[in-house]
Amino acid sequence: MEFDALLLSRLQFAFVVAFHILFPSFTIGLAAFLAVCEGLWLKTGRDVFRRLYLHWVKIFALAFAMGVVSGVVMSYQFGTNWSVFSERTGSVMGPLLGYEVLTAFFLEATFLGVMLFGWSRVGNKLHFIATCAVAIGTTISAFWILSANSWMQTPAGFAMDPDTGNFYATDWLAVIFNPSFPSRFVHMLLAAYITTAAVVLAAGAWQVLRGRGSEPTRWQMRMAAGTLALLLPLQIWAGHWSGEVAHHHQPAKIAAMEGWCETAEVQPTLLLAWPSDGDCGRDAIGIPGTSRFLFATDEPLQGMAAFAETERPPFWIVFWSFRLMVGAGLALLVLGLWGLVLWWRKRLDQPGLYHWLAVPGGALGFLAVVTGWITAEVGRQPYTVYGVLRTADSVAPVEAGQVAFSLLVFMIVYAIIFTAGVIYMARIAARGFGDQPPVVRRRAPGSPLAAVDDPAEMPDGTQEGEGA
Amino acid sequence: MLDLPLIWALILAIGVMLYVILDGFDLGVGTLTSRARSDEERNMMTATVEPVWDGNETWLIIGGGGLFAAFPTAYAILMPAFYLPVLMMLAALIFRGVAFEFRHKAVRPLTRRFWNGAFFGGSLAAALSQGLMLGAFVQGVAVEDGAFAGGPFDWLTPFSLLVAVSVAVGYVLLGACWLYLKTEGPLQERARGWARLSLVVLAACFFAVSLATLSVNEQVVLRWGFSMTHIDPGTLLPLLPVPLAGMVLVGLLWRMLSRSPADRSGGDWWPYLLAVGIFLSGYLGLAISLLPFIVPYQVTIHEAAARDNALGFMLVGAVIMLPVILAYTAYVYRLFWGKVQPGDGYHD
Ligand code: HDD
Ligand code: HEM
Ligand code: HEM
Repeated sequence: MEFDALLLSRLQFAFVVAFHILFPSFTIGLAAFLAVCEGLWLKTGRDVFRRLYLHWVKIFALAFAMGVVSGVVMSYQFGTNWSVFSERTGSVMGPLLGYEVLTAFFLEATFLGVMLFGWSRVGNKLHFIATCAVAIGTTISAFWILSANSWMQTPAGFAMDPDTGNFYATDWLAVIFNPSFPSRFVHMLLAAYITTAAVVLAAGAWQVLRGRGSEPTRWQMRMAAGTLALLLPLQIWAGHWSGEVAHHHQPAKIAAMEGWCETAEVQPTLLLAWPSDGDCGRDAIGIPGTSRFLFATDEPLQGMAAFAETERPPFWIVFWSFRLMVGAGLALLVLGLWGLVLWWRKRLDQPGLYHWLAVPGGALGFLAVVTGWITAEVGRQPYTVYGVLRTADSVAPVEAGQVAFSLLVFMIVYAIIFTAGVIYMARIAARGFGDQPPVVRRRAPGSPLAAVDDPAEMPDGTQEGEGA
Repeated sequence: MLDLPLIWALILAIGVMLYVILDGFDLGVGTLTSRARSDEERNMMTATVEPVWDGNETWLIIGGGGLFAAFPTAYAILMPAFYLPVLMMLAALIFRGVAFEFRHKAVRPLTRRFWNGAFFGGSLAAALSQGLMLGAFVQGVAVEDGAFAGGPFDWLTPFSLLVAVSVAVGYVLLGACWLYLKTEGPLQERARGWARLSLVVLAACFFAVSLATLSVNEQVVLRWGFSMTHIDPGTLLPLLPVPLAGMVLVGLLWRMLSRSPADRSGGDWWPYLLAVGIFLSGYLGLAISLLPFIVPYQVTIHEAAARDNALGFMLVGAVIMLPVILAYTAYVYRLFWGKVQPGDGYHD
């Protein structure tokens, strides 16, 4: 393997986008959670929802800042490292990203200020509207970027200029609502809600284990476990839907995901295997004959052998990342259902094995999101625009040395801010709620007076909870 | 038929201008935090920008994303050409952006100092890297077969360094004027001092950059009808109001900033508005020098533009959304109108 500008650019893109997606997955879900909490507070007047809001909005502010700065990087990556791709697809992809800026980024960025600092300057209703604006902004943002990404996976509604080789749109609706967009959008939004619910559950479980379970802790655990139990079945269905779409449009990706070698009428479902490029599915453990229930088709199912060497995605990355995602999903389903049982038996606020498992379970959503994206993106190789524009023909005319340097810089910078950010977020989450509801005076949550008024938020974190 | 590339060039130009006057002041304030005497004072300074910085920075995404969307060819040439300064700007903006939050969360003095330093350093480095790109842009980049064909350090020249310093000083001026508007008492007095100093330096820089620009490229000389050895009055005279206006604004701002602190007639927002005016005149001057090129002296806006159907589709969105964006941005600025008080902002 040669470390040329192409390979380094791929590595860099994978690294910075995987870093970025950690934060959107969390902020899209958390913004929705905050909107729900604030709405419930306004509707029911129950203080517990306000305390949940004031607590989680601090973590939200940190995650959002990290999402924004890593996102700005993304919008320049296309040009610095994939300039040929940018030039050739600009007339199709560009407007989608343009609409994202116009309809989403300004909305979320502007109202974030009101959400964090406006508490004392606007009434409760207006503040709620600001929270909703941010939540809606994050969702619209996901809409456009997923449309752009899905178009690269399943391009539609375009033609090519015979002189320049540049793409242009012939039908904008077909571009935006391209074949894989609906399933991908649903799957990603659910992924964001699931990721957030897993984190909220983990933070609550930690409080319970530390003997600090309080009223808001109880509520946050119930809400999170309920969300997981409700959404995971939906997510598994949406994932299956994504798989069907991919089967239709990107059969090589499915062959790699499933680990099929030879083309056959009926294929097994492999649980484990040690695949390699030439000798796929070696030492496989699988359940034979299951493809009949997963793929409704009469045609033979193509294995890797059906594709020319130059058309195959990297096999083992796709195979294993897919299994990690599905495994994480199944584990989260168990956490959700088990949580409901405990809630029903009134044991959700008593420390136990469940809580010990739920704490590391907070990372499972992130794991599934990143491995899911790796499945989708590596499975699209060797193309950037599937079937039309090869990755090797997309790269910018920059020197390998520059790319190596920038990759190193991003790794160092992200290592620093990631470590600090996670520590600060974990510190807030671990501090918990204390037993006194915070009194908001003139200032915004997280601001000095709020901090002074809220004993649980004192920096030393020595405040005691009400105990479980 | 509408001239869509021209319309989009205008929209982008206005977007970048808004970026400069909005994020310019908050990068300037960031740079000035290195002069803060106490934590209290530093927090007052950051509190003047905390509620609005994220919205301000979004205009930069209009710059990057808009260039991709409306002028993909220019984006594809310029981004590789400015690979390293773009990297520097991104790294700087990352540190500065998270430092807004992190500096309040750090508990140990050492980490607190680190994030305060990152806030200052990130703001300054972002300003400098933008200046480097602007300088390199005005100089022109090597293009062959519609792609960037130069080396990784082409952007680094005495001229681009001079422009970098000018941009950083200009942002400091905007930041100081913003502080003058948003604070009172001793901090406001100090802001006035910073503004005066940066105004003098900026005026000198502008002068130097203007002369240097004339020697950078033939086309600029022809456009202005002016060089060290030759003046073409027919070309120069109609354009002269632009630099003259800049000079008048510098003079007015200087007078405004020299007033005794007791004399507050006219309101505290004048210095900021005048500083914006100075930037506008410089910006217009630049536009005159470079039009119709979007990759200077190589590719025109029409050559670089996306297909008309893409530009038209986006124009619908822009016509609907830009007024809405401007309206809610104005609303948020109004909401946070007025002087910041000691204790405003985070200290969690
Ligand atoms: C599924 C959702 C999703 C995905 C796949 C991406 N993003 Fe993102 N992005 C968001 C969801 C999001 C968000 C929820 O809107 C953000 C995350 C941080 C934030 O918290 O807002 C955001 C922020 C964000 C910003 C800063 C916006 C601001 O200032 O508010 C930019 C410029 C980008 N993103 C650009 C990109 C690009 C070019 C991507 C693709 C390569 C990308 N994002 C993938
Ligand atoms: C946010 C979650 C995403 C993740 C984790 C992700 C992951 C990846 C990975 C792992 C690669 C490298 C594949 C390889 O070279 O083997 C890649 C490439 C790429 N992706 Fe994504 N991707 C994401 C979203 C997007 C989106 C939303 C877009 C476009 C709108 C996009 C556009 C690209 C491009 C242009 C490349 C570079 C060319 C290539 O190597 O294929 N990605 N991504
Ligand atoms: C458990 C059953 C699941 C199945 C069968 C499944 C299936 C799939 C498939 C087939 C893809 C590739 C789609 C494509 O390339 O076109 C995919 C992608 C993805 N998955 Fe899953 N998934 C499951 C669970 C999850 C969970 C629990 C999460 C996150 C919490 C998740 C997050 C993602 C993400 C972010 C992507 C990339 C975006 C996309 O292509 O939709 N998945 N999934």
